[in-house]
Amino acid sequence: MPETITKTPGTATDTAAPALHMSMQQALNRALDEILADDPKTVIFGEDCGRLGGVFRITDGLQAKHGEDRVFDTPLAESGILGMSVGLAMAGFHPIPEVQFDGFAYPAINQIICQIARMNYRSRGTLPMPITLRVPSFGGIRAPEHHGESLEALFAHVPGLKVVSPSNPHDAYHLLKYAATRPDPVIFMEPKSRYWQKGPVDVTTATPGPATPDGGMDDGGSLTGARVAREGRHLTLVAWGAMVARCLQVAELAAEDGIDVEVLDLRWLKPIDAEALARSVGKTRRAVVVHEAPLTSGLGAEVAQLITQRCFDTLKAPVERVTGFDVPYPSGDLEDEYIPNIDRILFGIQRVLEYRRG
Amino acid sequence: MTTKPVFAAVDDAAPLTHEQLRELYSLMASVRHLDSAAVAWQRQGIIPGYAPELGQEAAQVGSGYAVDRSRDFVFPTYREMGVARAMGLDMVGYMSTHKATWHGGMYNPLESRFAPIQAVVAGSVLHAVGWAHGQTLSRLPEGETGVAMTYFGDGASSQGDVHEAMNFAAVMKAPVVFFIQNNGWAISVPTERQVAGGSVAARAAGYGIPSVQVDGNDVVAVYEATRAAFAHCRAGHGPVVIEAMTYRRGPHSTADDPGRYRSLDEERLSAGEDPVERFRQRLLADRVADEAFFAEAQRRAEKEEEVVRSGIEALGPRPGAEMFSLVFQEPTPALQSQAAAWRKESEHA
Repeated sequence: MPETITKTPGTATDTAAPALHMSMQQALNRALDEILADDPKTVIFGEDCGRLGGVFRITDGLQAKHGEDRVFDTPLAESGILGMSVGLAMAGFHPIPEVQFDGFAYPAINQIICQIARMNYRSRGTLPMPITLRVPSFGGIRAPEHHGESLEALFAHVPGLKVVSPSNPHDAYHLLKYAATRPDPVIFMEPKSRYWQKGPVDVTTATPGPATPDGGMDDGGSLTGARVAREGRHLTLVAWGAMVARCLQVAELAAEDGIDVEVLDLRWLKPIDAEALARSVGKTRRAVVVHEAPLTSGLGAEVAQLITQRCFDTLKAPVERVTGFDVPYPSGDLEDEYIPNIDRILFGIQRVLEYRRG
Repeated sequence: MTTKPVFAAVDDAAPLTHEQLRELYSLMASVRHLDSAAVAWQRQGIIPGYAPELGQEAAQVGSGYAVDRSRDFVFPTYREMGVARAMGLDMVGYMSTHKATWHGGMYNPLESRFAPIQAVVAGSVLHAVGWAHGQTLSRLPEGETGVAMTYFGDGASSQGDVHEAMNFAAVMKAPVVFFIQNNGWAISVPTERQVAGGSVAARAAGYGIPSVQVDGNDVVAVYEATRAAFAHCRAGHGPVVIEAMTYRRGPHSTADDPGRYRSLDEERLSAGEDPVERFRQRLLADRVADEAFFAEAQRRAEKEEEVVRSGIEALGPRPGAEMFSLVFQEPTPALQSQAAAWRKESEHA
């Protein structure tokens, strides 16, 4: 695939070394290629990920390069794919299964929740599950039913799972390499509407390892924590995945009205980087959480609570949420009404800024 | 489907010696006694619950005895105590799951080659396929391939995962033995209301998998069928389905009341010959063992039960900290702070 070298000043990867300019699809593909080369125990499998290279071409060319033992097609059955991952992990492999579309994780939910998430616990730590489940996630591509869902709250609620979602090519590359080398199961939610957006990717630096000896979060500077995508003073927009780019757009528009918005890209949805939230909102004193998933019992509530607990004394307004609605993910024609758009996010910002204590 | 194995590879192992036949009987006697004792422990309040296997001793011991613990791996549900015993598991570790000490038991699955006990029937059938495919991917020299054996019942065969597992295994030619114990009952529902298509083994034809229906009350027949299936898998010919026809003589679990769905007369008529007594008569008739041997086997079984019971009684609850520390290999900060709060508050209380 074509890769062009560009200088990328003013980005997170603004270093002396030039960064590659590539799409998230290319970044993920490159990460998988390198993971396969680095770890002979890694296997990639799922529906159509072999010869076709996946319906989104994330595994493009990997079977030809690494062989049919390392990258292979399975029968069309998600429970089978995920259940097979458990057995492969028990046999010492590092599976990177793919569920073709987020909504097709539902048929595999028993294997994900009852098996993958619990086997380490059930076996008292003797059978770790170093599985990275890649899930093309969220809406925004006008796909048919079940081809666009926001499952992050469902996954994050399950003990034993970790959940991450990149928002740009650079993070996608490093987060996938990081997730694939961890000994615990990680649900890797790829924002499919961002697959073809290009951005700088610095592949010259090694992917950081766990920030602390116990695998906990650090100060947000490395990939194990959240990332300040844009600095601001007046309020913090908290987002992840595809919503980060939209929040950055909103921040630019708000700036025209003199409102200085900080955008916090959460990246990890479990564990959530509570310290980064506290740091950002401690500074701005106002927060709006933006997510595509339905409002009720969504991760926005979790984020709001983490902020409230840490910043209650300094908050100038209750934490607001701008989210999808409590309806099934609608058809493509209604998607724009459902997914938080620029106007709805601006209204959310307005509610927070105009809040007055009663 | 056939009652004679038609597997591609020839099982060229020697027939069972008299010593092995006596060992099989001793295992069945141990399993029978431990199983009955576990029901009694529940009534005595030593354990909160148990899933008995009265009547399935031949199916379990015969198949478990065929496992090569240096390379094979077994994927059980929650009613495979006889398999565990035949494979030489630490039985206190095994029974600890019924003591409610720890889900999955306290034995080491990697050392014992016996996956953690689990309640979602058919869930582990797919794990066996994945593990078996890992054997294929490892490209081992001929004959060194480990075989996965997965246990499930007539009830579990209704789960979609069994279909996916058989289809995956057949497509990938995975070395896995699907060992079905058809014990006649899925809790209260009889096989004819559970299994369409005549039998579970009959389904194998649809996947192109060789299958055999075996008399599950005949320990030698079960052993030979399993051994033949292992030889087939090890030679690279793909999976095998074995359906052992047996009968669950007792309740599904210690909380079950079989009187609500079958009468004692029906039980006597349907259960057939007791597999332990049947094997005893055979060994006597063949002059492989005498009454003194059977009496000694019973004494050893009773002694063993005492050791397991005292081991179970001595098991205290696990330290609460394990609840937190065994969720992840790399714990999350949130979990660590929950553990710290729990420690502080429980110490305070």
